[in-house]
Amino acid sequence: MSEYIIKNGHVFDPVQGIKGDKKDICIKDGKIVDKVGSSAKVIDAKDKTVMAGAVEIHAHVAGPKVNLGRIYRPEDKLFSCTPTKGKERMGGGASIPTTFKTGYEYAKMGFAVAMEAAMPPLFSRHVHEEIRDTPIIDEGAFPVFGNNWFVLEYLKNHEIENTAAYCAWLLNVTKGYALKVVNPGGTEAWGWGLNCLTVNDPVPYFDITPAEIVKGLIEANEYLGLPHSMHIHPNNLGNPGCYETTLDTMKLAEGIKAKNKFGREQVLHLTHTQFHSYGGTNWGDFESKAKEVTDYVNKNKNITIDTGNVTLDETTTMTADGPFEHHLTGLNHLKWANVDVELETAAGVVPYIYSPSISVCAIQWAIGLEIALMMKDPMRCYITTDHPNAGPFTRYPRVYKWLMSEKARKQQIESFKHKDKVLSQTAIGTLDREISLYELAQMTRAGPAKSLGLAAMCGGLKPGMDADVAIYNINPDKPVANPDDIEKAFSRCAAFFKSGVQVVNNGEIVSNGNKRTLWVNVKAKENPQVARDINEKFVKYYSITQANYEALGHHFVPNPYAIEVDATQV
Amino acid sequence: METVTITMKNVPALYLEAETISPDAFAGKNAAQIAELPVFEGNVPSTLGKYFEVSGNAGATAADTKIVVKGDAKKVKYIGFKMTAGEVVIEGPADQYVGAWMKGGKLTAKGDVGAFAATAMKGGELVIEGNAGNYLGAAYRGDWRGMSGGKILVMGNAGSDTGMYMLGGEITINGNCDVHVMTHAEGGKVTIKGNAKSKLGGQMVDGTIIIFGNIDVMMPGFKPNGEVELEVDGAKAKFAHFIGDMGERHKKKKGAIVYGNLYKKI
Repeated sequence: MSEYIIKNGHVFDPVQGIKGDKKDICIKDGKIVDKVGSSAKVIDAKDKTVMAGAVEIHAHVAGPKVNLGRIYRPEDKLFSCTPTKGKERMGGGASIPTTFKTGYEYAKMGFAVAMEAAMPPLFSRHVHEEIRDTPIIDEGAFPVFGNNWFVLEYLKNHEIENTAAYCAWLLNVTKGYALKVVNPGGTEAWGWGLNCLTVNDPVPYFDITPAEIVKGLIEANEYLGLPHSMHIHPNNLGNPGCYETTLDTMKLAEGIKAKNKFGREQVLHLTHTQFHSYGGTNWGDFESKAKEVTDYVNKNKNITIDTGNVTLDETTTMTADGPFEHHLTGLNHLKWANVDVELETAAGVVPYIYSPSISVCAIQWAIGLEIALMMKDPMRCYITTDHPNAGPFTRYPRVYKWLMSEKARKQQIESFKHKDKVLSQTAIGTLDREISLYELAQMTRAGPAKSLGLAAMCGGLKPGMDADVAIYNINPDKPVANPDDIEKAFSRCAAFFKSGVQVVNNGEIVSNGNKRTLWVNVKAKENPQVARDINEKFVKYYSITQANYEALGHHFVPNPYAIEVDATQV
Repeated sequence: METVTITMKNVPALYLEAETISPDAFAGKNAAQIAELPVFEGNVPSTLGKYFEVSGNAGATAADTKIVVKGDAKKVKYIGFKMTAGEVVIEGPADQYVGAWMKGGKLTAKGDVGAFAATAMKGGELVIEGNAGNYLGAAYRGDWRGMSGGKILVMGNAGSDTGMYMLGGEITINGNCDVHVMTHAEGGKVTIKGNAKSKLGGQMVDGTIIIFGNIDVMMPGFKPNGEVELEVDGAKAKFAHFIGDMGERHKKKKGAIVYGNLYKKI
């Protein structure tokens, strides 16, 4: 492999505490190294910003639900197709881009890793086929557990060991990365036409509460010592007053300490926090509770969050929270697609337009930004748009602009039709904090990498780490003249190296890289009861046999990177 | 106003996607520059000049530009695509997407046009002196935003699915109409001077259909609502009034429920 030396750039690396100092970064054999030989190719990064490759902790980028969105929204591809160009294959789609466009767009913004946030275990093969077809970026996928019949049955009796054994088995056969929970119990309840809107609403038939599911899965996660924590989309998403459910959910993690060898400190990751920080009793008195939610997270160090910023675009919402999507189609009357995944989960898809002239959308925009600006520790708050739910991931540079420039926020607020309502229902007008480049590197690189248990591999520029290096056209020595320059610079890297291979040059794709599928290989204690239960469920209930369930082999995971976890000794 | 005449000299073997035949794309260009404008024949990029003889220079702006399309354009799609001003006259027939996404100006097709004419039209005027194909003034596939403004006049007949997801604007058809008129519509008006087949106003939330001829099969979701006298194009006549589609959601305006209206001449 080639050697590179990136000279004269302003380096921002929270892993080593480098805050914009001029430093050379050396790359050899796919890794960051201390020094390279004289034959190394020199990349001049003078007056530019150098960061590690960014890490996406939560996005819906692969799998049946994403593809359902692509299929039933041909209008999303209208006027958004790009033809074949150099190394780039053709692509299309705005909120639900094709797999190829997904990989290219992430790479052009300097992303090295992206996590698919909700994998239906039964369709893990489909998820992995799409991951395989998404070039350049390393990806992992979180199988969903919060409405899974095995989990509900084991946790009803608080059987942590059995739950953990089942989780380990499922991660292995689906090549999954972490334990994801979506509307715990609520999606299953919806099979009975019900939902769980608080952590104490019982799930019909299973007679278990969301609180028991959440707590049990946190304990199972720590029992196994997985790299990432339990990753939750709590109950009652998107409803006025939902912040109370959010606080109740987070309180379930109180007193639980992280137990793992990956340097992860949190036991609960609360995702798309914006959708869970609403006060009020209806859409008329709808207000921000970002302060209440972030106050709690600021105090409780065993929790990390991501923002879920609304980008004010037309987009496609998609979630395993089936009842929520049904609720949403009733609000906006746009087309609704719904899928039930036997024994495991469900999903819904509805297009949505976050219009700046609708007060609720403008308030949602403000809440997402408030959360990022109110969080004291950028290492525990990561920027997401819950792609494509609050907006497409391609809008990250615009979110960075709003976070890094009070002027940009003020301009946006001024342009809202219901500006006064935004200011009265949120605190966005009182926040003068501007996220620095160093904090941005914490929120988009070092932080999410640590939360995912990947701190030794990515998110930083320390020798020994993967050589994922992004160079941006921003000179930190000069004040930003126009906030739009921030958006422009982060939209297209000057150069991007992924695992030591230059994949982007001047914003153009120059290589399709060497993408990997990240998954967690858990060695757990033999558990004959769980093995028997799995066998029985396949014989009795599943519409496929156990032999057809596993995502394995070259076809599904052609370039795997397994993170080994040994849970046989616990 | 400057006039550019483009005359078909080499009929393409495959269908030509000519999104550039619009006053907006021609504006400010001379004949030679217009001949260089990009088109696709099938999936192969090409230029307008390969198929058309171009004569005359365009005006400085779209509003100052008139385009006359002569010869056999039966295999040409997207004439007048996204036009905002100016004028286009198609002297013979044309294929799909005539005046699609048009916002302004006037487009006259003297022959027949294919399907999807005036897809998601926002403004301007489209006159089709021949027959229109299916999906006239409809939404793009999958979209829920059909024609929202402007006027369409069809002197001949129209195909199926006229005004699907229509939100505003007016369509007048002097001849007959095939099945599905204003399906899912939330506004706008379609006037049919001839006969219609079936499924008029299916899942219609708001909007108006006026029909002078016969309807083969009425939608069961429409309910009689008395008789009214209406003035259409300066002539008064009596119409039976129906409201619907009763199976669909309906908005309230000032306390009253808003329905789709269907008026059939008595």
